[in-house]
Order: sequence, then structure tokens, then C-alpha cells
Amino acid sequence: MDAITAEGLVKIYRTRKNEVRALDGIDLTVGEGTVLGLLGPNGAGKTTTVRILATLLKPDAGRATVAGFDVVRQAQQLRSVIGLSGQYAAVDENLTGRENLWMFGRLYQLSSADAKQRAGELLEQFDLSDAADRVVKTYSGGMRRRLDLGSALIGRPKLMFLDEPTTGLDPRSRLGMWEVIRGLVRDGATLLLTTQYLEEADELADTIAVVDRGKIIARGTSDELKSQVGGERIEVVVRRKEDISRAGEILARQDSTNPQVHSEEHTRRLSIATNGGANRLMQLMRDLAEAEIEIDDIGLHRPTLDDVFLSLTGHVADGPKPDAEAVSHAAAAARSEKPA
Amino acid sequence: MTSQAASRPNAGGGLAQALRDGYILMWRNLKRIPRIPELAIFAVLQSIMFVLLFAFVFGGAIPIAGGNYREYLMPGIFAQTIIFASATVSVGMAADMSQGIIDRFRSLPMARSAVLTGRTMAEVVYQGGILIVLMLSGLAVGWGVHTGIVEFLAGVALLLLFAFAMAWVGVWLGLSVPTVEVAQQVGFTVLFPITFISNVFVPVQTLPDFLRPVAEWNPTSTLTAATRLLWGNPTAADPRLPAATGFPAEQPILLTLIWVVVILAIFVPLAVRKYRSVSR
Ligand SMILES: Nc1ncnc2c1ncn2[C@@H]1O[C@H](COP(=O)(O)OP(=O)(O)OP(=O)(O)O)[C@@H](O)[C@H]1O
Ligand SMILES: [Mg+2]
Repeated sequence: MDAITAEGLVKIYRTRKNEVRALDGIDLTVGEGTVLGLLGPNGAGKTTTVRILATLLKPDAGRATVAGFDVVRQAQQLRSVIGLSGQYAAVDENLTGRENLWMFGRLYQLSSADAKQRAGELLEQFDLSDAADRVVKTYSGGMRRRLDLGSALIGRPKLMFLDEPTTGLDPRSRLGMWEVIRGLVRDGATLLLTTQYLEEADELADTIAVVDRGKIIARGTSDELKSQVGGERIEVVVRRKEDISRAGEILARQDSTNPQVHSEEHTRRLSIATNGGANRLMQLMRDLAEAEIEIDDIGLHRPTLDDVFLSLTGHVADGPKPDAEAVSHAAAAARSEKPA
Repeated sequence: MTSQAASRPNAGGGLAQALRDGYILMWRNLKRIPRIPELAIFAVLQSIMFVLLFAFVFGGAIPIAGGNYREYLMPGIFAQTIIFASATVSVGMAADMSQGIIDRFRSLPMARSAVLTGRTMAEVVYQGGILIVLMLSGLAVGWGVHTGIVEFLAGVALLLLFAFAMAWVGVWLGLSVPTVEVAQQVGFTVLFPITFISNVFVPVQTLPDFLRPVAEWNPTSTLTAATRLLWGNPTAADPRLPAATGFPAEQPILLTLIWVVVILAIFVPLAVRKYRSVSR
């Protein structure tokens, strides 16, 4: 049985001046116990989709069910089986972390004792025990985010909606959050999570749906999507213009199956598709050093959301560029290894 | 999955759940009071400022039969404070709506009404506290209750009942405005004339003819007159002025109760409908 189904969801926001067609016919299904990653740039319609499925918004057209309940007609029953962690932390600033969790537990219709016990467990799990009795106003952004996710888990829901669960977290908290989410999946939860980061969808989702301008424009596993985009590339910036052609030859030698080297004169940047990962990168650094070609920068460039978009839609994502340059820089190492 | 929902503890539904959830939300709204003490402190200071201003600056110029202007003034100050409080309710409601917390409430299997009843019930408790502080200040400037304990409690009950009704007006207002700042502005723009075109500071008879009926029927006036009557504080104006007559002057308690019913009958459905429709 599918835990979540949606057919032809349409949502139009009407403001005084204009209409925004935020969703333009979204279809999706999420199997029980699986994770769907909704990937898309700013304004794509991710939050709107989540809000409809979590009963906060009524769709203008289409229908959706969550755990077998219709999102419009059976909203109240539906609410007792889901957990929602929205894009912005939805906790009470003037209550402590513990009080927030207790309150949400009570409103989830747990008994007072259960709510209290569950609050304690979650504070422990999300590393908030030290701050448990401080008002949330004094929490950092990341602490709020964790408290918010904890609030979504208070009733041990089997089905969860997480809207950009790691936005605004530092790398360590982000990894911690991933661990928590994986734990939920291990315990059998069904998850719909949205993200702007391909990398994150890659880590957590069984299937990915790419949303753009209110439509799903591609879906598949992360490998399927990535092969559509074209996989990893090695990028090199050489110091001297004269070295570009020589460096190009060395790059082409790396991967005999696909010796298509891209080079740009004015930026002195060269790139080539690779599937050799870090080993290939190391090899290339040695070869370049041997040939006494000085380099300013070298790195493994993974496909970003921008790349996905470029290849799927032919246009770059609207709005501010997501900060997802997933380039694992070896530049620092390269600089300190300057040939004599 | 249906069985899971049904087996949830406490999932009684209906009125019992509405009361329980409303109580939890009331607890939440009361918790914030000691954590932002400035709010309560300034609410009290504002009222005390009015007492001092009118008792000592204008008091001499305002003729009151039976003498003591401060005795006359205090019930009006209580009523004014309670009516002004609806502005803070609307600000609190607007603040809730502008933050994510309301989304969490709406995603929980809780009684929908609880967000509204929790806020209005908390307001009654809060105003009760403010009233105690104000009454102590009143005693200090020479006000007192000259009737029995029953009349005293009846007056307090009337004030709190009115606070409850006004809280619903505040809730509706807070849900209707786009931002917290607008809630603040609208509140004070509407409430100042309502509390000033009344018998709070001056006898209605001293007002120009065209304002007099407004002031007489104004719920601020009827509430003030009702508490004056219940507590034995001066209600009459200067005997040189024509005596107050008509229904509002003769039946202030009944009229106040009617006001409470009318306000609730209008603003409870309005607020509930507004809350249902917000961001849907
Ligand atoms: N309340 C609203 N009123 C009017 N337009 C809205 C409203 N909420 C969202 N929109 C519009 O609907 C579209 C989809 O918004 P949505 O919030 O679903 O995007 P998103 O994918 O979550 O983006 P982000 O990554 O920025 O969170 C956007 O064009 C947005 O401007
Ligand atoms: Mg969003």
C-alpha cells in the first residue's frame, strides 16, 4: 500500500495584485517505509506540496491521501498519524524546550505522563538536555531546528513530512540530523523530505522527485538522475595560459572512455567528466606536477542542483543560487605541493 | 492505520477534548507572562498613570456629586484597563499567526477551537491579576468598596466577563490584520475613542449633545456605571446638571450583560470563521 498518494495537485495563491500558480499538477506516490526526496529550487512548490499533504492548505484541484486518509475530508484523523517539521521552526519562543515538547505531546493527545517521558527522551536524542529548561528564545538556529524535529516526533508518527530539515545547520549538526533521519527510516517510518541539495537527497532518499515551477519534471533514484546530469567532473585551473593545451592532453589521458576536455581560455579552467573519483584526482595531481604545470585550483565537481536543472529544463534555477557547490577541494593541498 | 488513531490514549474527541486542549493552550499563554514581565508591568503602569493624571491634574475641574473624584474614577479605570487589554490580545494573536507555531497547532490532532479559547481564557486570568494590582493602587489613593462582599464579587465577575468578551474581539482583530504592528495601531485607534467618549473620566451630562447618546450606550460606560453601583462608588453627576435618565442610566448591570452577550454572539463566530479560513 502506498503511504502517500497525490494526483494532479493544483494550488493557486491569490494576492491582491496577481495569482501565483504554485502547484501545477503534482502527482506522486510514496511507498510505505520508503523515503521520497522532493528536490527543487526556491519557489518550486516544495513547501506548498508539504503543506497540502499535512492538511495545512487545501488544494484547488486534485486529490491526495496520506495513510489512506483524504487530506481534505479526513484531515483530523490524518493529523493523528503524521509528524510535521516545517521549513521554519514552529516552536514557542517563550516556553522552554521541555515545555514545548510536553505541550505538543499533550496536544497530540498523549497523557501528561507519557508526554513528559517522551519529551525527556527526545531532548536526550537531539542533544538538547543541557538546554532543556531554557526558554527557546535563547536557542541558536540549529537548536531550534532540532527541537522542531523533536516536536514532529513526539507522537512516534509512522509518517513524517520534513521540509528542508537541514537548512541552516552547521556541518556537524547536519550529519547528526542525517543520522536521526536514517534512524527513523530504520524504524520503519515513511518520509517525505524536501531539500535544495542533491547531495542530501542522495544520502537519504530512496527515490527523488525534481520539482520546478509547480511540476515534477523528473523522478528516479539518485543514480538515475545523476547519470542524466552527467556524473562527476574534475576541474583544474592552471596558473599560466601557455599550459592550457598541455594540461588538456594530460587530462584527456586520464579517462580513455570519454576524453572530452572542456577548456576556457580566459579563466584558465579545464574540466573533464570522470567516474574515477578521488583516485583519479590524485593521479592527475601527480601527473601535472611531473609535467611541471603549476595549478591554482583543482577539484572534484559533483553535479549540483544547478547542473540537474540545466540538463533537465535547459534553464538555470530561478531565485538566489543555492549554496550547493559540492566541490571537494583539493586546492589547498595542490598549493602546498608547488613544484620547485 | 485507522486502528492506530483510534487506540491513541485520551482521543476522546468532542467537548472533553476541546476543554482539555483549551486548558493546555491557556497554560501556554499564561507561561509567557512572567517571562515577559514588561508587558504586565506596563499594562499596570499605564492604568496608574491615568489614575494619577486624572485624579490630580483634572480632578479639581470635574464636578462630582458626593465629592470624591477618585472614588468616581477608579471603576472607570478598571473598565478602561479591561477594554484596552483587547489590544494586547490582538497583538498576541497576530504574533502567533505570523510565526510558525500556528502551523504546528494546525497539524496536530487537537481541538481546533483550543487556540482561540486558550487565549481568551488566559486573558481572563491575566486581567484578574492586573485587577488585583489596580485595586490595591486604588485603595492607596482613597478608593474603596462600600457595599458587601457579594456586591464586590459581582462587580469583579462583571469586569472579568467583559474581559472575556473583549478578548474575543481582540482575537478576531488579531486574525484579521496582516501584521503585529497593524494590530497595535488598529487597537489603539479604535479603543481610545471608545474609552474616552464615556463616563470613565467625566459625567456623561458634561458632553456635547451629539456625543451623549454614544457615551450613554457605550459598553465602557455601562460597565463603569454597573461597578460604581455595585460597589457604592459615586454614580451621580453634579446635582446642578440635569439628572441622567433613560435605560442605560437605570439598568447598567443588565445592559452590560446584554453587551457581553451581543459581543460574544458577534465575535466568537467571526473569530472562529476567520481562524478556519486563514491560509487555506
Ligand atoms: N502565501 C503565499 N502567497 C502567495 N504566494 C505564495 C505563498 N506561498 C508561496 N507562494 C508562492 O508559491 C510558489 C511556491 O512556493 P513554495 O513556498 O511552495 O516554494 P518552495 O519550493 O518551498 O521554495 P523554497 O525553497 O524557497 O522554500 C512561489 O512562487 C511562492 O512565491
Ligand atoms: Mg519551502
